[in-house]
Amino acid sequence: MEGVYSISPLLAMLASLIGAFLILFTGEKNRNLREFWTILASVITFSIICSMIPIILNGKIIEYTIVNICPGVYLQFRVDAFGMIFATLASGLWIAVSIYSIGYMRGLKEHAQTRYFFCFAIAIFGAVGAALSANLLTLYMFYEILTISTFPLVAHKESPDAIKAGRKYLAYLLTGAAFVLFSIGLTYYLTGSLDFVAGGFVEGHGSKNLLRLLFFTFMIGFGSKAAIMPIHEWLPSAMIAPSPVSALLHAVAVVKAGVFCCLRVIHYVFGPNVLSDLGVWLILAYFVSFTVIMANIIALTQDNLKRRLAFSTINNLSIIILGAALLSADAIKGSMIHIPFHGFMKITLFLCAGSIYVKTHKESISEMDGIGRQMPFTMGAFTIGALGLTGIPPVCGFISKWFLCLGAIEAKQIIFLCVFLISALLDAAYFFPIIYTAFFKKPVDINPHFDEAPILVVAPIVVTATFSIIFFIFPDAFLNFFKMATMATQNILGIG
Amino acid sequence: MTSSPFPILIVIVPLISAFFIPIIGWWKRNLCYPLVILSLFFCTLFSILTLNAVIQNGTIHYYLGGWHPPWGIEYVVDHLNAFVLAIISFTSFFVAIYSKKSVEQELPDKIVFFYAVYLLLVTGLLGIIATGDMFNLYVFLEIASLAAYALIAIGEDGAPLASFRYVIMGTIGACFYLLGVGYLYIVTGSLNMADLSELLPKLYHSKVVLVAFTFFMVGIALKMALFPLHTWLLDAYTYAPSTVSALIAPTMTKVGAYVMIRVMFTVFKPDFSISLFPITSILGWLAVAAILFGSIMALAQSDLKRMLCFVIVAEIGYIAIGVGIANRMALIGAILHIVNDVFMMACLFLVVGAIVYKTGTRNIYQLRYLHRKLPLTMAIFVIGALSVVGIPPLCGFFSKWYLILGAFEAGKWVFVAVLLVSSLLNAILFFRVIENIYLEPREPSYAHDGGGPEAISIDEAPLSMLIPMFVIGAGIILLGVFSGKIIDVVIQHTIPPTI
Repeated sequence: MEGVYSISPLLAMLASLIGAFLILFTGEKNRNLREFWTILASVITFSIICSMIPIILNGKIIEYTIVNICPGVYLQFRVDAFGMIFATLASGLWIAVSIYSIGYMRGLKEHAQTRYFFCFAIAIFGAVGAALSANLLTLYMFYEILTISTFPLVAHKESPDAIKAGRKYLAYLLTGAAFVLFSIGLTYYLTGSLDFVAGGFVEGHGSKNLLRLLFFTFMIGFGSKAAIMPIHEWLPSAMIAPSPVSALLHAVAVVKAGVFCCLRVIHYVFGPNVLSDLGVWLILAYFVSFTVIMANIIALTQDNLKRRLAFSTINNLSIIILGAALLSADAIKGSMIHIPFHGFMKITLFLCAGSIYVKTHKESISEMDGIGRQMPFTMGAFTIGALGLTGIPPVCGFISKWFLCLGAIEAKQIIFLCVFLISALLDAAYFFPIIYTAFFKKPVDINPHFDEAPILVVAPIVVTATFSIIFFIFPDAFLNFFKMATMATQNILGIG
Repeated sequence: MTSSPFPILIVIVPLISAFFIPIIGWWKRNLCYPLVILSLFFCTLFSILTLNAVIQNGTIHYYLGGWHPPWGIEYVVDHLNAFVLAIISFTSFFVAIYSKKSVEQELPDKIVFFYAVYLLLVTGLLGIIATGDMFNLYVFLEIASLAAYALIAIGEDGAPLASFRYVIMGTIGACFYLLGVGYLYIVTGSLNMADLSELLPKLYHSKVVLVAFTFFMVGIALKMALFPLHTWLLDAYTYAPSTVSALIAPTMTKVGAYVMIRVMFTVFKPDFSISLFPITSILGWLAVAAILFGSIMALAQSDLKRMLCFVIVAEIGYIAIGVGIANRMALIGAILHIVNDVFMMACLFLVVGAIVYKTGTRNIYQLRYLHRKLPLTMAIFVIGALSVVGIPPLCGFFSKWYLILGAFEAGKWVFVAVLLVSSLLNAILFFRVIENIYLEPREPSYAHDGGGPEAISIDEAPLSMLIPMFVIGAGIILLGVFSGKIIDVVIQHTIPPTI
């Protein structure tokens, strides 16, 4: 594959980093200027990343090296189609969440807003950096930056519960990071290289059992961020954070970074050949299948809206990893496009939950009888997101699930096809009651007249919901997610 | 072979200044501080020039009084000690800048003598590093130690006793070292390191040499506070004045570590100290104990400075584990960690000094809301803390990375596990402090009135304290990002070729 040397990846990173420090130094003194920096940084980061799309679609990769870290390993960016999917997702949704955050934080008169916006920008910096990394060590660096910068966001409320959730978050993720560091060290020891190669680079290094061990330590490490059961506990607890943070955690950066890293390891460190040779893909597939079903069953029992959404996220993350583990072309493609599509749908749902909270301070589904009358836009968008996650056309969730199911058939694994279908049924079972509650139940303590949340809160929701539909009709609209996923799949499988 | 007067100038400048300080201080007290700054500035400048010269042309030799070795005293500066010289003089320069306000507050009537002894300590440290002579090294070791005893003894309540314990332990350590030198002199008749390294291989099976080597190791382990010989360190560094801790804590133990590497790999050859003698495996397991003991005991402390003292015990363990593994990667890690740790500990101890200066407390649980009062100082603390935890791209991560690679290569999986567990323990340790500083537990309420913590306004440490902290903090980031370059240009030349 042809490489192009360009400074664009570095510029995209610098835009978010400089933006973060401008936010910090502007501070509480001039709130409008501070919010302006947030928006400006997000728009610039997104545009720089978008400017790289045409080059990627031409079948080239963009490289930029900063410094040498250790023999054979550089602090380096290499933008390929898969990284591009995650980078556009993270930076694009940052714009939406930024606008929403301004409305949300001001609407609730939250404290420590400067810290909030600063950490948010750094988290995006970490996520985009992870997406563009050329090797495991660079990836680990940004992965850690992301972990640390999210901690103040999780503990934002600073109530005893929030601090506990923050500690839990750190305990799970830093332990995971220790596993990751172990695995990276072992990889370097075995192969002498850490650069991602489509289709993997560990082939022929080390004994089979050592490689199996390596694979599982990698999965435990990155899986802690991707909330694979039984190391998912931090995610529902972290729901105590403000809604835009939950949106960031779930849809945009944090857990998606975990899944992204898992997919990087599966396809760009090990590769399909090695995995089917070692036989570990089947173990991983059964493991995440358990999470897929179990998370959805737990979601049925949750009354707190955000907690229910959290378990839905756990379900979807494992669906993505399951698709990747099946190793067939369609399944890989499906899992890759599920990353951005789930992002758009899930962010809609979380922003809706936040919007309800801003307006009514309600968090439990049982208190939301008839809320659709008061907040038709919010609940309309919620319905779109919920339909999409269930996999009903015309929302983009259908497309990714369609390819995942095709992939399961292609891999001749009917049992996993059943997993996908059962999970979709369970999705319906916990989302539709919410829609029913919102629109068909008689309002009890809800104002039955139109009274929406502030425009800065509602506008991003409507936009992301609209995108969820547009991506069904044109999966390649604007950002070429589908084309890039196809390209990445072809590279991994060495076809085309 | 290049000759240059710089090695001796680095040592002489602070030594001479130390003599002038009492005289000038007797005339005008206010001139002491500028003189210290000036002399340490030149010291730093010379050592950076020396480093540059070594990188360009290789090892520099200087013969004292024109006497050629092995008869005269020789100063030898190669990649290893040029680098350590630069780091130590750089750190002591910035700690000196920082000292002004802190000393004025804590030791108002002892300023003149403080600075005189301060310069003597720096002289001792730099002399230990620059010299190529075993006995000369002992002399500087004593200069540095005596200065350190004095500086520690002028601290708060408990300091004289702590200093006394340090005197006893330090003297025992120095005696062991001196006995080692004596034994080597008996069998070889030489004190010059380069000369010794040529004479010794024939005598590697001599009992005298074995005993000498053992004495060296015990003496140095005492000086560098390697577990279980660390007990003097805790009280001494805790009760010392803030500035003194900020100078001694990062530098003294690391210089000890430097001496250990020097003795093991220059005076003795790797094939002796690795193959013929089980010292590396002893060091490795002691280091494991040091890391775990230091990290766990640090968890139990509520005094921030004492907690950091236990962290030093653990950090020394990192260096020792690298020497214990004794392959190329691990030694790179150990030497890199000497440098990184000087910066990290300097950063953290400087911040503690600033906290004490501003608030008068070191109790972790009384630091609440400090980020409102000292936002910049606390930001620098977070950088130092995250570096110790090992978050890339801060420098602490990279030494850990090389140590882990070295442990993998040697097949020592237990060491890998210990290194990883220790970074988790460090994470608990430092996030506990960070949480106490930054988070303001409150009941969930959504309308905040103007009172409470919001009323605390910024009241930063003075600029003379902030600038050094800022420089060291920036150094932590730069050392991390450019660690590849540093290894390329300097550290890879310090690894003995036979490893």
